[in-house]
Amino acid sequence: MQETEVLEGSEAVAFAVKACRPQVISAYPISPQTHIVEALARMIADGEMDSEYVRVESEFSAASVISGASAAGSRSYTASSSQGLLLMTEVLYASAGMRLPFVITGVNRAISVPISIQVDHQDTISLRDSGVIQFYVESSQEAYDTHIAAFKIAEDPGILLPVSVCMDGWILTHSYERVSFLEQEEVDRFLPPFKPKNFLDVNDPKSWGSYAEEDVLMEFKYSIHRAMQYGKERIKEIFSELATITGRDHGGLIEAYRTRDAEVILVAMGSMVGTIKEAIDKLRSQGQRVGLIKIRCYRPFPFEDILDNIKVAKVVAVMDANFSMGSEGALGMDLKAKLCGRRGAPLVLDCVAGLGGREVNEKRVLEIVERAREVEESGLPLDEPYWAGLRPEILPEGAENDRQGKIG
Amino acid sequence: MKEIRIHGRGGQGSLVLAQFIAIAALEDGKYGQAFPFLGGGGERRGKPIMAFCRLSDQPIRLRSRVSEPDYVIVQDVTILNELDVAEGVKDTGMILVNTEKEAASLGLEGPFHVFSFSGDKLARETLGRPIINTAILGAFAAISKELSLAAALSAVRKKFSGELGEKNAQVVQESYKRLMRELS
Repeated sequence: MQETEVLEGSEAVAFAVKACRPQVISAYPISPQTHIVEALARMIADGEMDSEYVRVESEFSAASVISGASAAGSRSYTASSSQGLLLMTEVLYASAGMRLPFVITGVNRAISVPISIQVDHQDTISLRDSGVIQFYVESSQEAYDTHIAAFKIAEDPGILLPVSVCMDGWILTHSYERVSFLEQEEVDRFLPPFKPKNFLDVNDPKSWGSYAEEDVLMEFKYSIHRAMQYGKERIKEIFSELATITGRDHGGLIEAYRTRDAEVILVAMGSMVGTIKEAIDKLRSQGQRVGLIKIRCYRPFPFEDILDNIKVAKVVAVMDANFSMGSEGALGMDLKAKLCGRRGAPLVLDCVAGLGGREVNEKRVLEIVERAREVEESGLPLDEPYWAGLRPEILPEGAENDRQGKIG
Repeated sequence: MKEIRIHGRGGQGSLVLAQFIAIAALEDGKYGQAFPFLGGGGERRGKPIMAFCRLSDQPIRLRSRVSEPDYVIVQDVTILNELDVAEGVKDTGMILVNTEKEAASLGLEGPFHVFSFSGDKLARETLGRPIINTAILGAFAAISKELSLAAALSAVRKKFSGELGEKNAQVVQESYKRLMRELS
């Protein structure tokens, strides 16, 4: 019997991390930090948890400490957000290059400027190319479960990469809701102690992060890509192994929701997914064939699984809570790149939704589905991504003539 | 599903009130969700803030703000001068205001019910501080019937241990009893 409690999302994650028995935790305790590392620090100070907690002077150092600890063969963990994740970026590329399997909670918050504490995915999307595996979660329960899977995935000998569990700030980290916990023995059986084949050892010296010339660097990089690409099946196996223990199946790399006969399929990740499911149920009850693909694993990009589930779709509407200035959102780009040139591929409607905490409610989802229907009818893609919920009244004069959201 | 919007000022425990209700839901065998909306610069003492809560027999997937509440709780009556707390309230809904004034004198007009209740004296006497969220919790349980007294007490004891929890539980019990008497 699993114990169930109503508690804050951040605290639920701290319990998941505790159950995974990391030997080293390092964090920088200032905004935009969350209660996760605060709760872990308290557990360690109270003697409830046996771990080395290294309080550092910046997120750059936090990432460096857990990289070093991981290289020395310790299971390691940190959490950060927003600017903090950006400050870790330089280190994280190196950690992935050195194939160090630690776990980071990336609590999603907007990037300055303007200064904000609200949710969006710009921070973790900025780490998209680093070689860090990225999962996104919909609820505190999924955050709890995914953290436990994350250590096992990171440490898998065929993968050996950092894993980031991305979790929406405020909406998940500061919400109280039900979470069921695994017994410690169940976690211990699922996740045995970290025993890497290679680690820093004074008695058997080896180098990490050495210099590479043009004759081998490409192979190093290709190996990371390969670990991700061919690690997809292993990630799915680990998720389903955990699901048999928890009794909760959140899906594999994606969750396909009512997609089988759907003409319009929304694609999204993070906490907005729950609200989208509610909107889809409403549209379905009116006879509209609408579905959703929730991206659980963003890197590696689960294109094969997406493709399997959009076969009859006419329009795929992507809701990106991030944006590449001067281009479009990341999910939209990924999907279009993979669909391009495929016979019978659906049209892609790119939407920017939820930047800086701009609310994604059912009404907004219905607007996007309506726009998808217009795209379907015209048979043409948008000129420029549709910024859902944009307030034209506070934009510079002339913005009303922009091609944003306009068809063909 | 029932949706609750709580208006208060930073430092009054509005979010904690929402959390009590969500924790109590589990005790009653329901699903509960509580979350803050701090908007306009984050946590600041004295600033009007909102907290939201949802109660349901099914798992709760919706994560947008509560815009058409079944219940509105106003912890600080002076907020009535600053914003329309009745915005979006369902016709069958209810607004509970923490004040010594008569409900009819608050200027809240619509098809919904308006209740007034003051937890200030009870909180001051029992807790020694004008933190009225537990008094409101008892009153809300009595008026709305959305949570049982036992669940409300257990939620308060779960969140605050020891004497603080006991004193707050006493406040919940008192305000619940008072409201039940007034309603009967």
